[in-house]
Amino acid sequence: MASADSDTRPGEPEAIPQAVKIIIAGGFGVGKTTMVASVSEITPLSTEEVMTEAGYGIDDTEGVEEKTTTTVALDFGRITVSPDVVLYLFGTPGQNRFWFMWDELAEGALGAVVLADTRRLETCFHAVDFFERRGVPFAVAVNRFEGATDYETEEVRKALDVAPEVPILLADARDRGSCRDVLVALVTHVIRGRSPALSG
Amino acid sequence: MTPQEGRRGRAARRPAMPWYPGRGHPTSEGPSSGLSPGETPEGSLVRPYTMTRGRVRPTGTGPRLDLITIVVTARERREHALEPECRAILDLCRRPISVAEISARLDIPLTVVRVLLGDLLADGDIRTRAAVPAARLPEKKVLQAVLDGIRRL
Ligand SMILES: Nc1nc2c(ncn2[C@@H]2O[C@H](COP(=O)(O)OP(=O)(O)OP(=O)(O)O)[C@@H](O)[C@H]2O)c(=O)[nH]1
Ligand SMILES: [Mg+2]
Repeated sequence: MASADSDTRPGEPEAIPQAVKIIIAGGFGVGKTTMVASVSEITPLSTEEVMTEAGYGIDDTEGVEEKTTTTVALDFGRITVSPDVVLYLFGTPGQNRFWFMWDELAEGALGAVVLADTRRLETCFHAVDFFERRGVPFAVAVNRFEGATDYETEEVRKALDVAPEVPILLADARDRGSCRDVLVALVTHVIRGRSPALSG
Repeated sequence: MTPQEGRRGRAARRPAMPWYPGRGHPTSEGPSSGLSPGETPEGSLVRPYTMTRGRVRPTGTGPRLDLITIVVTARERREHALEPECRAILDLCRRPISVAEISARLDIPLTVVRVLLGDLLADGDIRTRAAVPAARLPEKKVLQAVLDGIRRL
């Protein structure tokens, strides 16, 4: 805002809002789409990425790779947080074979929510590994499904072996207030991690 | 599986990253791998690649079009030479909207939307605002706006 010309005048192009994104990750059927829907101001949308999967060694003499085309659907929702900032929430594709899409999703992401189902906690290990490795700050939301034993968040923390500062909350992806609490915990964690410049 | 079994215990038994091909893996390259301009993939993909005249990557040296790059129409075009998909994009982008949303609302695959947007950008029909680059995290005031916005949910 150093420039005196930054005010919008007639004829001047309108400022374009800044977009940021948060990733909602976790295993198959853990409630990712439900969470996006609970907080989004629009009905969640789905966009398709088409890609070619190359098969190797099928017929080396031909020198041609076998290819199949695959479509990956990405669910997402939107929250306009201010006139200048729009937050997008992207659910990760459920199937493991689409892990490679996570690279694009993680690029520039503000943070991630890892949804965990205590009946099959191991399905979120990969997500935790991925965000730790990429240095994307994350919070863990323990989705409570019917029939699941109630675990304390500290038991889950132990099992996941995540750092003590990583927020872990019990949550219900169907409940807007619960999802809000998870997102507030995540963004607070992101801001806190930002303040003292961490080395490494 | 109970939480007691733990993540590291399991992870130790797994080979390193068997599930994560990472950058440079053939499947992370998108449809461009093996397709040269003019070639048409089979099946339902014919239409998308007709729209882009066989191109699978945006042409030109424009900015990167991320999933959440915001696009807005810069000017109205009266000519009728415009492809219907491009016209639909310009209509949709009268209000700023993300690349992912354009793809979803017009039901055009992301890869194709990126090519069309690259053309429109090169012609000066749209303006874009890139997402915060991965290396440079969002400013504090952006994060604060996000926090305040979420609290209001
Ligand atoms: N009890 C309970 N059920 C939930 C919760 N969240 C989601 N569900 C239910 O679980 C089912 C799967 O939810 P989805 O949101 O489709 O899961 P997803 O992670 O998007 O699934 P994929 O995209 O297929 O991997 C739905 O029937 C939801 O209603 C929760 O917090 N508690
Ligand atoms: Mg889903």
